Amino acid sequence: MTEIIVVTSGKGGVGKTTTSASLACGLARGGKRVAVIDFDIGLRNLDLIMGCERRVVYDFVNVIQGDCSLKQALIKDKRIDSLFVLAASQTRDKDALNLDGVRKVLDDLIADGFDYIVCDSPAGIEKGAHLAMYFADRAIVVVNPEVSSVRDSDRILGLLSSKTHRAEQGNGNIKEHLLLTRYSPRRVTTGEMMSVADVKEILGIEVIGVIPESPDVLSASNAGTPVILNEQSDVASAYEDAVARLQGQTVPLRFVDEPKKGFLARIFGG
Amino acid sequence: MGLLDLFRRTPATANVAKERLRIIVAQERSSRGATDFLPLLRRELLEVIRKYVNVDPEAIQINLEKEGGHEVLELSVALPEKAGG
Repeated sequence: MTEIIVVTSGKGGVGKTTTSASLACGLARGGKRVAVIDFDIGLRNLDLIMGCERRVVYDFVNVIQGDCSLKQALIKDKRIDSLFVLAASQTRDKDALNLDGVRKVLDDLIADGFDYIVCDSPAGIEKGAHLAMYFADRAIVVVNPEVSSVRDSDRILGLLSSKTHRAEQGNGNIKEHLLLTRYSPRRVTTGEMMSVADVKEILGIEVIGVIPESPDVLSASNAGTPVILNEQSDVASAYEDAVARLQGQTVPLRFVDEPKKGFLARIFGG
Repeated sequence: MGLLDLFRRTPATANVAKERLRIIVAQERSSRGATDFLPLLRRELLEVIRKYVNVDPEAIQINLEKEGGHEVLELSVALPEKAGG
């Protein structure tokens, strides 16, 4: 049984691609067969985050237009055997993706026996975002604890419950989860940042992960190594927890409280 | 919070953010979906009415209002004054 997961947000720059890459890696590392697809046509980026940008020969649009087979376009990850990347096309043609084409590619991946298909949505609520969410069984809404991101997330939740295949067919709801990124427990404690509970209360859906703010995210993207693979990082542990919850395990939230400080740190701050 | 932080403390604005969001999200949710069809409904009604009476595009007002547990769709059409019979 294949599960199609869309990683979406409305607002740009909140960590959709970082999240897609890390969740896909985490699921694949647990032995699942995973395909992660970049739906951001014209602004391909997942390949960079996954570190496979120089191995892109064919892309999503090539497959849809029949220039190559799906097998030729799937880039096998060098670190994890069961992980495959389908890059976005760099075409400027907005209509290069269409519903039937996307349906065909997803059906082929399902027939091929993939356990998970992770759809990395572009920002916005235009066609690319619509197609990324349309066939999803589950949605991960990436949100920063910040006003514009939270409002846009609510807009996306509205679209998930009306403009998707499941919604249109009356075929049960898409499972929706929040994933908070760039979370700073220190700033929550000082009242500068909304807490997990605040965001959860406003949007009214369950939280599948809280990713702490960390320089490790930038280092990971610089290196082209999904941050979940950086064993030393709290970010990696937080994504691992989200992967476990995605697979039905109950794992308590970590990195949401300010770490206890030593005497000197308390005096001098930092 | 260290001593040095006292001199560069940023104001606690998270509560303000939460309150503002609570209001705007509730407002946007209540108008979600329902009003999407109003512009189309207005255009189609205009076409039908124009088969019989030549009304101005601005002559049709459509409004959807929530009153307690039910919604009221208010429609008003200003017919042109009779020109010469």
